[in-house]
Amino acid sequence: MKPAPFAYRDPDTVDEVLELLAEHGDDAKLLAGGQSLGPMLNMRVVTPAVIVDLNRVRALAARGLSAGAGFALGALVRQAELEDDSGFAASQPLAAAALPWIAHRPIRNRGTVAGSLVHADPAAEWGGVVLALDARLVVRRAGAPPRAVAAEDFFTGILETAVEPEELLAEVRLPPWPEGARWGFREFARRRGDFALAGVACRFDVDGAGGRCRSVRIGLFGVGDTAVRARRAEAVLEGEAPGPEAFAAAAAAARGEVDPLDDGHASAGYRRHLVEVLVEDALADAWARDGGA
Amino acid sequence: MSRPGRHAEEGADGPGGASATTVRPAVGRPVRRLEDARRVRGEGTYVDDVRVPDMLHATVVRSPMAHARVRGLDASAARSMQGVEAVLGAAELGKALRPIPVRLVPDERLLRYLQLPLATDRVRYVGEPVALVVARSRAAAEDAAERVEVDLEPLPAVTDAGSPPAAALFDHTPDNLASLIDEGFGDVDAAFARADRVVRLAFRTGRHSAVPMETRGLVAVPDPGAGRDRGRGRLTIWGPTKVTHFNRGVLAAMLGWPEHRIRLVEPDVGGGFGARGEFYPEDFLVPCAALRLGRPVKWIEDRVEHLSAINHSREQCYELALALDADGRFLGLRAEMTNDMGAYLRTHGTVVPGLSAGLLPGPYELEAYRCRVRCVLTNKTPTGTYRAPGRFECNAARERLIDRAARVTGLGPVELRMRNLIRPERMPYARGTTILGEEVSYDSGDYPHALAEAARFSEFRPNSPGAGGGSAGRHRRGMGLACFVEKTGTGPFEGARAFLERSGALVVATGACDVGQGLETCLAQIAGDALGVDHAGVTVRHGDTDLIPHGVGSFASRGTVMAGNAVHAAVTELRSRVLERAAARLGAEAGDLVLDAGAEVRGPGDRSCTLAELTAEPGLDAVHYFRSEQMAYAHGVAVARVRVDTATGLVVPERIWLLYDVGRVVNPAIVAGQIEGGVAQGLGGALLEELRYDDTGQFLTGSFMDYLLPGTTDMPSIVHRDLGGSPSPRNPLGVKGAGEVGIAGIGGAIANAVADALGDVEGDSDRLPLTPERVFERARTARPQRAPGDARAAAPA
Repeated sequence: MKPAPFAYRDPDTVDEVLELLAEHGDDAKLLAGGQSLGPMLNMRVVTPAVIVDLNRVRALAARGLSAGAGFALGALVRQAELEDDSGFAASQPLAAAALPWIAHRPIRNRGTVAGSLVHADPAAEWGGVVLALDARLVVRRAGAPPRAVAAEDFFTGILETAVEPEELLAEVRLPPWPEGARWGFREFARRRGDFALAGVACRFDVDGAGGRCRSVRIGLFGVGDTAVRARRAEAVLEGEAPGPEAFAAAAAAARGEVDPLDDGHASAGYRRHLVEVLVEDALADAWARDGGA
Repeated sequence: MSRPGRHAEEGADGPGGASATTVRPAVGRPVRRLEDARRVRGEGTYVDDVRVPDMLHATVVRSPMAHARVRGLDASAARSMQGVEAVLGAAELGKALRPIPVRLVPDERLLRYLQLPLATDRVRYVGEPVALVVARSRAAAEDAAERVEVDLEPLPAVTDAGSPPAAALFDHTPDNLASLIDEGFGDVDAAFARADRVVRLAFRTGRHSAVPMETRGLVAVPDPGAGRDRGRGRLTIWGPTKVTHFNRGVLAAMLGWPEHRIRLVEPDVGGGFGARGEFYPEDFLVPCAALRLGRPVKWIEDRVEHLSAINHSREQCYELALALDADGRFLGLRAEMTNDMGAYLRTHGTVVPGLSAGLLPGPYELEAYRCRVRCVLTNKTPTGTYRAPGRFECNAARERLIDRAARVTGLGPVELRMRNLIRPERMPYARGTTILGEEVSYDSGDYPHALAEAARFSEFRPNSPGAGGGSAGRHRRGMGLACFVEKTGTGPFEGARAFLERSGALVVATGACDVGQGLETCLAQIAGDALGVDHAGVTVRHGDTDLIPHGVGSFASRGTVMAGNAVHAAVTELRSRVLERAAARLGAEAGDLVLDAGAEVRGPGDRSCTLAELTAEPGLDAVHYFRSEQMAYAHGVAVARVRVDTATGLVVPERIWLLYDVGRVVNPAIVAGQIEGGVAQGLGGALLEELRYDDTGQFLTGSFMDYLLPGTTDMPSIVHRDLGGSPSPRNPLGVKGAGEVGIAGIGGAIANAVADALGDVEGDSDRLPLTPERVFERARTARPQRAPGDARAAAPA
């Protein structure tokens, strides 16, 4: 478990990072927290020619409320920083609820939000979260203006994203949390901290007048090649009165629209079943959270 | 060894207690472990801490295929790489490659299935060594290993011991049946013929194994000129443990060397559990490379190779039938079992299935018993022992069967067992079976008392004693228990040498090893008491083949029984010599002398001398080899309470109760640690751990992402209680081994608790580990039956 030989670069600025990426492209790998990259290097699953270490680039460590009161996270923001940030929990309750489920604290101490997203393990919690939040992911390359990718367009395959080899996922932008939105987060893993066999992050508003579910977002992870939005389930719940029957119908729809992996950890059929259980539970949690009936 | 009767008396009185000393005895007290201080401070020396000048680093090239013919091996590219010193393949080692022998219960018929240190013409499992690369760094060795080209022609892989063979692993054995074990007593057919009821169960335990925190490792250091045939130079190997003397003998035979030129040294060891310390291919390859290159060679197993290289264990499949009379008495037990042995027979031969066959009857009266075991070779990692080998499995199978019978008969788990447990007045109890070439004879213990206490202590209340059982709702609770007998203190001997240094300090050396279990402390307690000095001042040396000519080692819960009694006898003899010498010096009778806490011998009046003064002349040195023809049998009961989420299948163990009787306890704190560690590993095997392969024999669980060990957050509360009460009559100290009682009953207790939660009926098969998916399927399809008069047996939703 020793990595294959590689060159190591540790630039100080974003521009230098982008230049190195322009130069090495596919041959380079970015190192942020190293919680996925480290083991993959040691097991020689990846053998990059160059490691570009982001840890000296202070500009990437910024986080905070952005214009419009959304939350912006630089590429070096660690999971544990957010976990310990009461301001984050207050302004982004759904994302904050997901944090303790991400691996274990020592991994969260080093691991970054952007690193998790760009690694794009289909079982990673952040996939479901950014989909449920309509987050935008800011990608940069040398000599071009930053481009913002919608969460829905971000995940393209197992461990694959819209980020090109010459690009850096520089910032994650979480939109302002909608006033009064209800949210739920559930995942199922065999041990706490393991990759989820299935998981869900969801939110919806309940409009004051008729008591109907609006702006339903259901992000699923661990259920296919990528994190996915359960669009049919969202549609089933949209406009319905919240309650056990509506949640069960949405959950059944979610079960029907996923195409989970069949692997040594769980069969596809069992994962589909878990999706139904978790979606129903998460929607019920959301409804109960703000004192709903 | 003296007659058992005398031992019993000595055991009861507390040996050594008759001699005068002012030091408070340490045996029986939870004194702190002497070896912990250096380890928790980071001052221990583990094998990877061993660094010697000029040292090279090795890595093993392993087969990527489960079953294939080896057409060739091209190491030319690897050899030409910078930093590479050697690539040793089968061609280079040639006739030096000799099969690794069976250590326990060797049998000529097993010789055909032994493993060579390197595959020659055929590979038989993923991970089988095909070459050793030696380079100036481990990284350089791994770089080169990637360039070693092994030309393999794939063959069909055998991955299921229960299916018709897809191929023969060895041409001489088309059915892959390495051995057939036939065990039993009484007339089983007659027993079943007059049975009132027969209860059946299909049960399997999953392949899993010991995963010590520290992986294996070796540093082989040749003296200058050691490689030459007629030289005097020796070869020192750091890193072996468990059975260092035996392994020295194996290595000597394989190298064609006299044993005295080889020294094996055990460093601090981060866990063994049966798997670490056996003689593996690397135990030959690394020393062999060091001799050929004339330089020290280090090999540290990494976790990825560990999971496919270390002995696997536990993969057994049972078909059981229990015959009962109208009163619920066990008449006969029939078992057909298949044990997946993996690709070769390693040092344990067929000991694991043999232990299962010999101990399946457990603590119960039984008129007739028949067990047939098929030991089948498959294209998977070879197998060996893992903590409570053969018993974790057979106890789980038997106790599940009994719980099913408890429901079918309506007697309930406690009452049915009570009617069948061997009663204390029947001790010693001749079981009628044989293990390790020895007739099984339980020495002492009150099994019904243990069960009664366990039921009371745990407030044991299963859901429904009369019918299929099961509770209602999504989240269900269940309770289950398992009774077990544990073989401990396996012979044939262990030795100890005890002497006083010039300082007067007591030093004890033994052939037993410390794999982390607390051996140094236990032996120091026994030695200190026997001499009459403070145990904390006793030095215990072990695991170095230069210390003592003969040793057997640490396995089978034998350290405290075998080495403990050897130490006790050697130090007792030393004490009599000390007192004799002191008596002469002080002009007193030996019987009037008192040893005080300051290591001073005081006689009548104020005459005294120190132990240091007595060592001015040589001779305060005693050696004793303790021999045992019969093992000591501990026993206990494990109880589990679980919560099952029937929607997901997740089983959460809420609490484990473990009641045990391990005879006289040397150190209650160490026993408690053994219990808790054993319970944790048992929960791993019952709920999480499984070494999996696909149909082509590819190994699917090569990392801790895929092989799930229980962590701290997966642990329930564990309550344990020492029942005491039955010292072994078979050794002077009255001790029994305590290393495996924690794990032995956990599989059965958990499986019974889950069955209690979900309901259990004839026809359901059962399988460990109880993964969420399996439990969910079981919950979904559970068909509890209503027993007459039982209104609670509602069908689960």
